[in-house]
Amino acid sequence: MSVVTLKIDDRDVSGRDDETILEIARENGIVIPTLCYLEGLSIAGACRLCLVEVKGSSKLLPACATRVSEGMEVSTQSERLTHYRRMIIEMLFAEGNHICSVCVSNGHCQLQDAAVALGVDHIGVPYLYPNRTVDASHELFGIDHNRCILCARCVRVCDEVEGAHTWDVGARGIEARVITDFRTPWGDSDTCTSCGKCVQVCPTGALFAKGKSAGEMMKQSEFVQYLVAMRGRQS
Amino acid sequence: MTNTITIDPVTRIEGHSKITIQLDDAGKVTDAHFHVTQMRGFEKFVEGRPFHEMPSLTARTCGICPVSHLLASAKACDGLLAVRIPPTATKLRKIMNLAQIAQSHALSFFYLSAPDLLLGMDADPAQRNIFGLMNVNPELVRGGVKLRQTGQQIIELLGGKRVHPSWIVPGGVSEPLTEEKRDRILAMLPEAIGLAWTTYEWYAEEVERFKDEIESFANFPTLFMGLVSPRNTLAMYGGDLRVVASNGAVLEDRRPAEEYAEIIGEKVEPFSYLKSPYYKPIGYPSGIYRVGPLARLNIVGHPGTRLADAAFEGFKKLDRQSSFHYHYARLIEILYCLERTEQLLHEPDILSKHVRAEAKPNAEEGVGVSEAPRGTLIHHYRINEDGLITYANLIIATGHNSLAMDRGVLQVAKRFVNGAHLQESMLNRVEAVIRAYDPCLSCSTHAVGQMPLEINLVAPDGEVIDTVRR
Repeated sequence: MSVVTLKIDDRDVSGRDDETILEIARENGIVIPTLCYLEGLSIAGACRLCLVEVKGSSKLLPACATRVSEGMEVSTQSERLTHYRRMIIEMLFAEGNHICSVCVSNGHCQLQDAAVALGVDHIGVPYLYPNRTVDASHELFGIDHNRCILCARCVRVCDEVEGAHTWDVGARGIEARVITDFRTPWGDSDTCTSCGKCVQVCPTGALFAKGKSAGEMMKQSEFVQYLVAMRGRQS
Repeated sequence: MTNTITIDPVTRIEGHSKITIQLDDAGKVTDAHFHVTQMRGFEKFVEGRPFHEMPSLTARTCGICPVSHLLASAKACDGLLAVRIPPTATKLRKIMNLAQIAQSHALSFFYLSAPDLLLGMDADPAQRNIFGLMNVNPELVRGGVKLRQTGQQIIELLGGKRVHPSWIVPGGVSEPLTEEKRDRILAMLPEAIGLAWTTYEWYAEEVERFKDEIESFANFPTLFMGLVSPRNTLAMYGGDLRVVASNGAVLEDRRPAEEYAEIIGEKVEPFSYLKSPYYKPIGYPSGIYRVGPLARLNIVGHPGTRLADAAFEGFKKLDRQSSFHYHYARLIEILYCLERTEQLLHEPDILSKHVRAEAKPNAEEGVGVSEAPRGTLIHHYRINEDGLITYANLIIATGHNSLAMDRGVLQVAKRFVNGAHLQESMLNRVEAVIRAYDPCLSCSTHAVGQMPLEINLVAPDGEVIDTVRR
C-alpha cells in the first residue's frame, strides 16, 4: 500500500492506492451520484451512474470500481457525464413501472432523488410498461418487480452480510429479475432468515415492509457499514 | 324531418360529457340523453396491487375529491384488516371529510353554478362565469373563495397537502393532530360559518326567482339514498344506508353499508361510459334514485347542527323533488360541515396520539362506504392470501345520479328547447340541470378524456345541420 496523489475536478487530493475514485471523492466532499454502490458491500458496477472522465482514457470509467493511481486526473462533472447520467435514469424509469405518487418510498427513494438531482424532468425514451408482478408471499415483506432497478444490493447484502444467499439475479437482459432461492415464492424460501436487510438496502420501493402506505417506507441502510466495520474489528 | 342537437362538451362541470337532444319535424324535443364520454379502468388496473396502496391509488380517481376516495378506500381496507380503528382516528377522518365536502360544495356553488344563478341563465356566455360574477358581486365571490380556502386549508393542516394527502391510511390516520393545528383550524371557523350563513340567507331569497327552473330541473319522483346516523341526522362518514321515496315512504332503513350490493344493481347503457345504478328491489329503470346533498337532506330528520338545522326549516318548505334544490341543499351542508368540524375539534380526545390500528389482513373482503360531496361513495375490495387485490368495485357518487341526470336532461329540454328557434340560453339551461348535480365525471367513470360542450343539429340520416360549440 502506498499513498498516491491525484486531481479530482482540478483539486489536489490524496489517498491509498487500494482506494477507489469514489471513496477518495467522498472523503473530500466531492459528490458523485450512485445507486448500486453501498458502503460495506462488494462493488457491482451495475448502474453506471458514477461514471467519470479520466484523462488519457477515451472510455468513461465507473468511479466505484476504478482504483486511483498516481497523477490521475478525474472529472466528475461535465456536459457529457450529465447527459449519460440522465439517460441512465430515464432508461431505468422507462424500463420498469415507477409510479412515484402511490409508491411506498415516495419522498424517500434514491432513484427519485437521483432524478431530481440530475434535473430529469421528462423521459426521452418510450416507456416499456412491462407486465411485472408483485411477490407478497413473505409474511413480513414484499417485492414489487415493477420498481426494481436490478442494482443487486439485496443480493449482495444477503450473501455478504447475512450469509443466507437467498437472493440472486435470474434470467438475462430485459427478462432479468431478482429471485429468491430457485425462483420460488419468497414466502416458501428455506434460506431466508426474515432479517429484512434486503429491504433496508433497496434504494427504491421495490422491496418493502408489508402494511406501509404511500410514502411511509423509510429505509436505513447505514447499518451495513457499521456491521461490516464491527465484524472487522472482532476478527 | 327529425334533428339531433348535441351539446359537447358540457361546461362548468368536473369531467367530460355531452348532451344530445332529438327533435321532431316541428322542432319539438322528443328525446334527450346525457353521455359521459370517458373511460378509465381503475377497477381493472388495481388488480394485483398490495391493498395498502389502495387509498393512494384510488384517490387518483379525482383531484377535486381525493379525500372522499381516501376515506372510502381506507374504510374498505379497515374491513380487510378487520379492525376497529381508534375513536380519535375516526373523528380526524370525519373532520377531513367535512372539510372536503365544504370546499367542494363551495367550488360547485360559487365557481360553477353561481354565474347562472346570479347573472341569469340568459346572460351573455362571455360574462357568465366566475370573472363576470366578480364584476357584479365581488363580495359573494370573495366569500366563496374564502369558504373553499377554509376547506382546503383544513385538509392541508391535517394531511400535509391539499390534494392527495396520504394521511388517511388503512387502520386510521398516520399522524395525530397537534394542539397548534387544532387551534389554527378553530380560529378559521367563525368567519367561514358567518360567510356560509350570509350566502344561505341571500340565496334563500334569490331562489324564488327560479320558479320555471325549479319546476323543470329534474323535477320528478325518484328514490333518494344516503347514509344516516342513528340519531336521524346527516352522517357523512359512518351510518347506515337509507332509501326514501319522493312521497316520504322509507324503503330501506338501517341497511348496513356493507350490504350495498343487495340493494344496488348496475346497468350499462350503450350511450354512456357511466354505469347506471338502480335500486334492485324495484328494478331497472324504475329503481331510479338520487344521491348527494338533495338526497341526504331528503332522508334525514334534520342535519344536526344549530345553523344548518335553522336553514333546514327553509328547505322543508321547498319542492324537494326538484334537482334545482341541490344548490340550496349544498349551502345547508356547507354550514353543517363547518359547524360539525367545530364540534369535533372540541372533543376531549381529539389530540390523542393513538390514531392507528396495526394489523395484518384478517378478512378477504372489505367494503367502505362514506358520503362524498356528490353523494354515497362505495369501495369494495377482495384480496388473496398475500394481501394482493383480486377484485375491486367502485360505485362513485355521480354514478348513482346517472339515470336521474339523463332523465333530467329530457325534462328540461322539453320545457326550454325549441328547435325552430335555437338560442344559447336554452342550451345553457340544459347544461345547468347537469350542473345542479355537480357531477364529477372523471371520478364516476374512473376516465380518460377530452375537454368540454357542443350542440349538434343532426338530420335523421346523420347529417350535421348545425353546431353550437364552446
